[in-house]
Amino acid sequence: MLDVRGLKKVYEGSGRRVEAVRDLTFTVDAGELVCLVGPSGCGKTTLLKCMGGLLTPTSGEVLLGGRPVSGPPPGMAFVFQEYGRSLFPWMRVRDNVELPLKQKKLSPSRRRELVADALESVGLTDAAGAYPWQLSGGMQQRVAIARALAYEPDVLLMDEPFAAVDAQTRADLEDLVRGLWQQRGITILFVTHDIDEAVYLGERVLILSTSPTVVQEQLKVDLPAERDQLHTRVAPRFAELRTHVYEQIQAAKRGKAADLEDVKDMKADAPPTH
Amino acid sequence: MKAETALLGTAGFAGFLVLCEAVPRTGILSEDYFPPVTRIADALVTELGDQAFWTALGDTLTGWALGLAIAVTAGILAGVLIAVTPYLREATASTIEFLRPIPSVALIPLAVLLYGTELQSVLLLVVYASFWQVLIQTLYGVQDVDPVADETARSYGLGTWARVRHVLWPTALPYIMTGVRLAAAVALILAVTAELVIGAPGLGRRIAVAQSSQAVPDMYALVVVTGVLGLLINVGARTVERRALAWHQSVRGEVAV
Amino acid sequence: MKNLALRLFFVLALPLILVIAWWFASDSSTDVYWPPLHTILTTFPDVWTGERLSDDVLPSLLRLLAGYTAAAVVGVALGTVIGSYRRVRAVCEPVLEFLRAVPPPVLVPVIMLFAGIGDTMKIAVIASGCVWPILLNTVEGVRAVDSVMSETARSYGITGSARLRHVVLRSASPQIFAGLRQALSIGIILMVISEMFAASNGLGFTIVQFQRNFAIPDMWTGILLLGLLGFVLSVLFRLVERQVLGWYHGLRDTSRRSS
Repeated sequence: MLDVRGLKKVYEGSGRRVEAVRDLTFTVDAGELVCLVGPSGCGKTTLLKCMGGLLTPTSGEVLLGGRPVSGPPPGMAFVFQEYGRSLFPWMRVRDNVELPLKQKKLSPSRRRELVADALESVGLTDAAGAYPWQLSGGMQQRVAIARALAYEPDVLLMDEPFAAVDAQTRADLEDLVRGLWQQRGITILFVTHDIDEAVYLGERVLILSTSPTVVQEQLKVDLPAERDQLHTRVAPRFAELRTHVYEQIQAAKRGKAADLEDVKDMKADAPPTH
Repeated sequence: MKAETALLGTAGFAGFLVLCEAVPRTGILSEDYFPPVTRIADALVTELGDQAFWTALGDTLTGWALGLAIAVTAGILAGVLIAVTPYLREATASTIEFLRPIPSVALIPLAVLLYGTELQSVLLLVVYASFWQVLIQTLYGVQDVDPVADETARSYGLGTWARVRHVLWPTALPYIMTGVRLAAAVALILAVTAELVIGAPGLGRRIAVAQSSQAVPDMYALVVVTGVLGLLINVGARTVERRALAWHQSVRGEVAV
Repeated sequence: MKNLALRLFFVLALPLILVIAWWFASDSSTDVYWPPLHTILTTFPDVWTGERLSDDVLPSLLRLLAGYTAAAVVGVALGTVIGSYRRVRAVCEPVLEFLRAVPPPVLVPVIMLFAGIGDTMKIAVIASGCVWPILLNTVEGVRAVDSVMSETARSYGITGSARLRHVVLRSASPQIFAGLRQALSIGIILMVISEMFAASNGLGFTIVQFQRNFAIPDMWTGILLLGLLGFVLSVLFRLVERQVLGWYHGLRDTSRRSS
């Protein structure tokens, strides 16, 4: 479904050259839920933006369903970490979800149907007439997820979507995402810096190294398909997996100290500001 | 990046000058109405050599500075007084909302009757227009005082004036500076207006005289001078604002009023 | 109920005191320049009804409307273009900074050269004075569109005119309205002084006529009318702003409360 081949991204500006992503190759199969974890500042956001067609890679390519991505593809939806800045504050919840559909030239009745369905799936039918800023953080991120669902994507890219919400809400949202994935059979690529979250959600976890980024390890999560916050997180296998991922990330961080002095004060997640 | 911006800006300005030279030269606009830049520059040089021009510039600046000083002092004093006196804010709100939007040019006939072409005419208009800018920003600033900080000061037994000095003033200062900057621009507009319409001595009157005597290039030269003056005031006020607030962690944005 | 009465008291008390003070202080005034308030008020309906309303007040207002609308359209359109492209902005900024700094009233004699003293001149004066704050604020607003918002729009295929309408202009609207508000007070000033400078009708012209003929109470009614006009226009503006920027005020109150 998604093929990333030899992806490399170098930011250049005001005399500085930052290699955010060195050489990434991996695939995501149709209907798979893959989590990407890595130390903070390892170029996860850069990678995701290249995949979403928001950034052009320096070399290498991203294929969606066999076709190279060169600009935001219609079959892909993005959920950003900063829900407060990703939802349009001048539109009510309903209009926020509907706006992308208007660009798809769908009939008004079909649009209404999709909006109602998406809002129902995230449990926000009653909030359709509210403005996003009248809702709590967790609810706002639900709106962003509903917007992505209504867009009917084949692939859903989620960039640390729950990093800014409290722990309780976060658990609810994780279960929501797994539930939606199971019901709708969408391919989901979920980026996070939270190891527990990656293991809990993913069918497979890709561990990235520090910047410049390569894939450190691919790990199959052999937990049962039915997961819940209470039991899954205390299962012995869960603990093993998370310990493994943790060790890998620590190893990745040590690797950084050895050969990457030149970019140590640079946050590679974001392009350098000019 | 910075160098590129500066270069593009210079190019843009040069292009603007070339355009202003070419448009009348090629006859798109009549030279009688829109003299080429070079002729305006000539006129400007002549003006700069004229003692009367410097007197006029001095008059305009006097009206501007005096009016601004009065407005700023009165605006800050009134603002703080309204803020620290119980109930005064509620009681004055409607009156301020009514008086503020009154265009100060409405006072022109009154100024003419009372003061003729004297400096007081200019001051009346300048002060009325800029006073509100300072007052409103001061009130916003005072409103922004953290109640916890005020409570703390109170609990340590600081009196009203100590609290004004140490809590209210530092909080309100960024807003007041914004008010002063806005007031400085408005004051120049009104000073020139008073001279232009009433005939008080200054650059405005010189422009009116140049216009009525068909000295078109001179008129444009004087307009350019007022523009440069406005530019200097804007840049100067922004610099002062930034200097004065360098210690402040967040130089606040303008309040939309 | 008691609360409402108290608020009403605060709203009305000071204005009433001031009017009453003016009334009694001027009641026995024999100073020609300061006629009694009751004389002014009884003169008011005689002066500003009938022909004056249609021959002076209405033309003034129409010219203001025409000039202001033209400035708004041009300012927002040009501002959007300039704000959208960094290089265009770099080229234009110094020129715009200079043009904005020119005190708008000096445009009156300049534009008189081109357009004589008719309606065209006055509309052009109002438009060319009002356009700068609108233009520069639009540039600022368009430039400052949030990066996450524009990436969201891009990733959902919201481009071209839809992006302009639903994202860029909406996101810049608080700034645009700040510019429109500044422009409104400049517009009123220019409306009045363009008529004071050279005209045969209009509010500014009439008021100056009264002053020159020493019709002092009539002149005072003119000042009151201008004041009233400024007040009414600012109230109207605020109503429109509340309507259009309701979301913005809500958003700001929410974030202020939570911070």
